[in-house]
Amino acid sequence: MNPTEPFSPTALLEVYRKALFINVVDERMRSLLRSGGMQAVYYSPRGQEIVAAAMGAHLKPTDYLVTIYRGIHDQLAKGMPLKLLVAEYFAKATGACKGKGGPMHITHPETGVMVTTGVVGSGLPIANGLAWASQLKGDDSVTVTTFGDGASNIGAFHEALNLAAVWKLPVIFLCQNNQYAECTKYEDATSVANVADRAAAYGPNMAGVTVDGNDAEAMWTAMRDAVARARAGEGPTLLEARTFRFMGHYFGDPAPYIPKEELAEAMAKDPLPICREAVLKSGAATAADLDAFQKQYEEELEEALKFATDSPVPELEEIDRDIYGAA
Amino acid sequence: MSEQQKINFTQAYNRALDEAMAADPTVIMLGEDIGDKEGGGVFKVTGGLSTKYGDHRIRTTPISEQAIVGAAIGASLAGMRPVAEIMLMNFITVAMDQITNHAAKLRFMSGGQTSVPITIRTRTGAGMGAAGQHSDMLEAWFAHTAGMKVVVPSSPADAIGLLRACIEDDDPCLFIEDALTRTVSGPAPEANHILPLGKANVLREGSDVSVISYGRPIQDAVKIADKLAEEGISVEIVDLRTVSPLDTETVLNSVAKTGRAVIAHEAVRSFGTGAEVAAQIQEHLYSDLKAPVLRVASKDVAVPFSRVLEQEFLYKATEIEAAIRQTLEGRATR
Repeated sequence: MNPTEPFSPTALLEVYRKALFINVVDERMRSLLRSGGMQAVYYSPRGQEIVAAAMGAHLKPTDYLVTIYRGIHDQLAKGMPLKLLVAEYFAKATGACKGKGGPMHITHPETGVMVTTGVVGSGLPIANGLAWASQLKGDDSVTVTTFGDGASNIGAFHEALNLAAVWKLPVIFLCQNNQYAECTKYEDATSVANVADRAAAYGPNMAGVTVDGNDAEAMWTAMRDAVARARAGEGPTLLEARTFRFMGHYFGDPAPYIPKEELAEAMAKDPLPICREAVLKSGAATAADLDAFQKQYEEELEEALKFATDSPVPELEEIDRDIYGAA
Repeated sequence: MSEQQKINFTQAYNRALDEAMAADPTVIMLGEDIGDKEGGGVFKVTGGLSTKYGDHRIRTTPISEQAIVGAAIGASLAGMRPVAEIMLMNFITVAMDQITNHAAKLRFMSGGQTSVPITIRTRTGAGMGAAGQHSDMLEAWFAHTAGMKVVVPSSPADAIGLLRACIEDDDPCLFIEDALTRTVSGPAPEANHILPLGKANVLREGSDVSVISYGRPIQDAVKIADKLAEEGISVEIVDLRTVSPLDTETVLNSVAKTGRAVIAHEAVRSFGTGAEVAAQIQEHLYSDLKAPVLRVASKDVAVPFSRVLEQEFLYKATEIEAAIRQTLEGRATR
């Protein structure tokens, strides 16, 4: 991608399509959980799709992603095969991790999904290492690590951002500020108005950017600039995407801590229909085109679900495998 | 092996790192103060290496243990073989999440798609007057975590062979260096001396009692075995070399032969390596035992500062000897 490429109707459509794909999968995952068709811990990304979609639009398969337990949107946007993802959620032997990692530890190196962590903030130090390897090898890969606003308050955040700045690493710290750290409101636990304000503490090597992550153009452009900066060896970016988590912390969380009016206001600004309208208005696709995409994604999901359902559970011998490598 | 050439532990670590970096361009190092600009490490282990191989391969870090281990993990996922130095073992607590939740588990949790070939070198040991936060032997914590390999050398030659093996290994290895004996010398091995991991060394063959140990107490055990030999007592010494994965087979073969076992380690006594080894022995060899399996270890307290208290804390060579004699009497501890 040209680092100065302007946002275009084509780019908008790409973001929307990725977001739509995420939404199709997410809706079905929740429906399966409600019906008992799937038993898994699940952290819905509903409301945060545009952030991941715009991220994915700028990354190559050889770029690295380190994400978190709420990461299905990131993994799909990065291009992870849906079958392997769904089969892992179904705890099957055919899952990406052979049913041994599950939703919180999704891994697929072929598409650059290197680590999914279930520990808040732990991905940031690891992302530095991936970026360090790229820097040493002289390839132009970038590493993106995504995390929530809550992770900006853990010690690993500080250690990682300081090191990334000192070593000028090709890494992007993508904070998906969804306003709630688990059940605690952003401002009740965070000392600054914006997470990206903290970039200033890491000196001139660290760029700090806050954008409306639900705005496709703003998010796409900010991500373009952060990726270009990293690829050019100009250093890391702390990119804060302001967004909102519609579904509570975990599946089944009634989220009584989110005031009704606040949630209603956020949902009234649901980024998906807004993005859809923008696509139609841009002329990049017609309503019929978008319906066809939706149908295509639903069919793809059906296929993945069938694959997962028909797959066997892991053999019991699997418990003794992958503890150590071959001697 | 050249008998004339001697090498001390610090030189041995340095030589192993030097050889590893020369042999494999993916070997890189990171840690606090490790570059020559900073003096080549607080304990001088990495001296000369950044000058020889460049600051890009040997990177001094901020005082940030999570960032150090995390960066090692990430780089290893991208095909490098990082060696991270955590200056002192007590500081490893700061990086526990990275080590136990990530380094140790990523291979298993990814279904074998990724691996974490990192080596974490760290230094510790009581006897230096460094008190409660600079002296602990914490190997059992990591041996208790599936996926980790835990290695403790007992001689400079083994230090070279085992550190090289850790760096070449495809799994996360914790390599523990003893602070007190850093200038102790031993015979230098030939170049590119690499030992197998997970394999104990029968350092001395004997028939009456097996002393199972690793690290610093091995030297005590050798002296005691020499002394007891004069009385006609034949002591077999099994140096574990790798605490985890434990070479149960070698331990059991030894105790099956002698029928008596004394386990000695510097770490505190309770819930330690000694407990695991003793359990393995009684589970497999109950009917072959001629005496209770005994443990010699340091006391279950924080390492004290005062020299007299620190020595009181530490396991003692005399306790190893007494335990050997006790097993020969077939007497349980009361």
